[in-house]
Amino acid sequence: MRIALFITCFNDTLFPETGRATVEVLERLGVEVDFPLEQTCCGQMHFNTGYQREAIPLVRRFVEVFKNYEAVVAPSGSCVGMVRELYPMAADLANDKRLAADVEELSPRVFELSEFLVKKLGVTDVGAYYPHRVTYHPTCHSLRMLKVGDAPLKLLEAVRGIDFVELPEARECCGFGGTFAVKNADTSIAMLGDKLRHVLETEAEVCAAGDNSCLMHIGGGLKRQRAGVRTVHLAEILATTEEKIKP
Amino acid sequence: MTIEAPDAFSGGKTPHFEESARESLADSQLRRNLGKATQTIRNKRAVAVEEMPDWEQLREAGRALKSRTLRHLDEYLLQLEESVKQAGGQVHWARDGEEANRIIAGIAKSHDAGEVVKVKSIATDETKLNEYLKREGIEAFETDLAELIIQLAGETSSHILVPAIHKNRSEIRELFMQKLGVEDLSDDPPDLTNAARLYLREKFLKAKVGISGANFAVAETGTVCVVESEGNGRMCTTLPPVLVTLMGIEKIIPAWQDYEVFMQLLPRSSTAERMNPYTTFWTGVSEGDGPQEFHLVLLDNGRTEVLDDEIGRQTLNCIRCSACLNVCPVYERTGGHAYNSVYPGPIGAILTPQLVGIGKSGSDSLPYASSLCGACYEVCPVKINIPEVLIHLRGRVVRHKQDEGGLRGKLDPENVAMRAMAKTFSEPRLYEGAQKAARIGQWPLARSGAIHRLPGRLAGWTDARDLKPIPEQTFREWWRSRNGSGTHSGTRSGEGS
Repeated sequence: MRIALFITCFNDTLFPETGRATVEVLERLGVEVDFPLEQTCCGQMHFNTGYQREAIPLVRRFVEVFKNYEAVVAPSGSCVGMVRELYPMAADLANDKRLAADVEELSPRVFELSEFLVKKLGVTDVGAYYPHRVTYHPTCHSLRMLKVGDAPLKLLEAVRGIDFVELPEARECCGFGGTFAVKNADTSIAMLGDKLRHVLETEAEVCAAGDNSCLMHIGGGLKRQRAGVRTVHLAEILATTEEKIKP
Repeated sequence: MTIEAPDAFSGGKTPHFEESARESLADSQLRRNLGKATQTIRNKRAVAVEEMPDWEQLREAGRALKSRTLRHLDEYLLQLEESVKQAGGQVHWARDGEEANRIIAGIAKSHDAGEVVKVKSIATDETKLNEYLKREGIEAFETDLAELIIQLAGETSSHILVPAIHKNRSEIRELFMQKLGVEDLSDDPPDLTNAARLYLREKFLKAKVGISGANFAVAETGTVCVVESEGNGRMCTTLPPVLVTLMGIEKIIPAWQDYEVFMQLLPRSSTAERMNPYTTFWTGVSEGDGPQEFHLVLLDNGRTEVLDDEIGRQTLNCIRCSACLNVCPVYERTGGHAYNSVYPGPIGAILTPQLVGIGKSGSDSLPYASSLCGACYEVCPVKINIPEVLIHLRGRVVRHKQDEGGLRGKLDPENVAMRAMAKTFSEPRLYEGAQKAARIGQWPLARSGAIHRLPGRLAGWTDARDLKPIPEQTFREWWRSRNGSGTHSGTRSGEGS
């Protein structure tokens, strides 16, 4: 199977290690990965902040770049959520029937990494080894927009050596919310405070998630508090194998 | 929030959500009271909903009924008017709050009523009826326990269903001792209720006019319905000889049979009850029983404007259950007063700006009072896609600023930055250039692997969070170098995390 990797501008720029890990996991499972270099940003930040006319060219670009692929995979629940749930609204706003038809045709083939692995490929054991105490924040868009369900947890359960511990009140938002984190910084921080408290309750050394935007928020708070807990994207856990750890 | 403070419906300028939220967030007693109350209600609701095997079908039925009604609202309203008249009631149409208040005050005056008793009603809060009546020399007494509490405290409601949710029982005890002149009072809920009961009984028996809102009204029969938990509503709608009901035009349902759906959805979603304790129905007037004069005032006040918006109109499906407030992580922490509106929480964030109109800076900030986590949509019994409407309204707010805000709107720093970024993202060449520029530009900020302080508005981020600097190599640079060295596929050791 040949897929296109939709890296997302955020991961491309700030978290290249997540992209490398995603490629590694997919290739290990025999998936051929292509990375169309013409991709930039899906337009989520613009669209969700209200700059929707400005987001329309980005929507068009995304559709043009990815429409001929059998499947598109991204290590981000919220960017996939933008494509699957909000591109139809963007096409309506653009008043472009052709774009709307292209969106309708393409969007069911755009997957978040964990749902692609578990629901599309039917794999839960990707051969990973990760000897650490890990908790998992499921992220709102993966959970409620994409409904990935327990796909990430199934993948983590199959990781060898892992000491997985459930996060209390896991379904509650961490308070990131894109530009919300800056526009309503006080409320965002109040929400983060409770999320951090729950992460610390688990006594995990790693807080994982399927979205680096939420992790940057949670991780930024943990770092500021010198909490001694690191944030790691799910893809990076899945990419780690026993062979890599041996010298 | 005191009753004198301006809100979205009182005209005048209201503060932005983020400013009001900052104040509420700092109130530790409020945080504790709200955190405890919302958590209790939402857990109970989850249990009450869990036991319904057909909950999802019920939600869909509720949504479908409401949207069909709104599609034919004009016909159903005329049918309702006819049915109410047939049953001996009178119907009045009010374009806005001012007109509604004038009609209601006129009815009270025609009966020489110096006092009226009220059932809990958000529609009358929306029109500021109590304040209007006061100016006309008529005193309105709230009879719902929570409404009474906030009326005595001179405050406004902070929750759709539990107006005094921001107060705990010891605060209520102190208030009753001060305002009701009760000397010996514990903070036991039965004691507090009893104190309120003694005070209210006299009002019920004296009042010539009762005023209510409406949860539903059936077009086919003209039957109006109030759903409540205390019985005070039953007293207000049966004891005084004259009854006036103020109802938003979207509260209509076509047929009696439709109650089957809503009477299952509403109690479980709002109070987590299987069956509602006091459900009062009345159809016009009945000779020798209950009020002998009934007036139904139908309120528009911006609702037909909402109906005109294809995405926004689902907001009018709302049956005021308040489940969205109880699950909202923003509401749970800021409380209702931060929204500066009689409609707080997620539903308020989409209803208020639509009712008062886009272009008022205070209420324009409300659609941004959300992290778009989607918890509200998940629990809404009539499936209002609140996140979708929030995003849609953010678009309307920005387009209004850009198109009607003149030079100031165009030069707004956020607008300039967003447009520049959109331009950058539209071209891979510009985008890659910006990645490189940002990597170089961040050096004065990045200290020992973290950014501790950002300039300008972005400082909101670094107030409590470090920021990860942009690493040496972007993903696409890695991809290019990897393909250049001839390894396109297959597992490579030493790469990855």
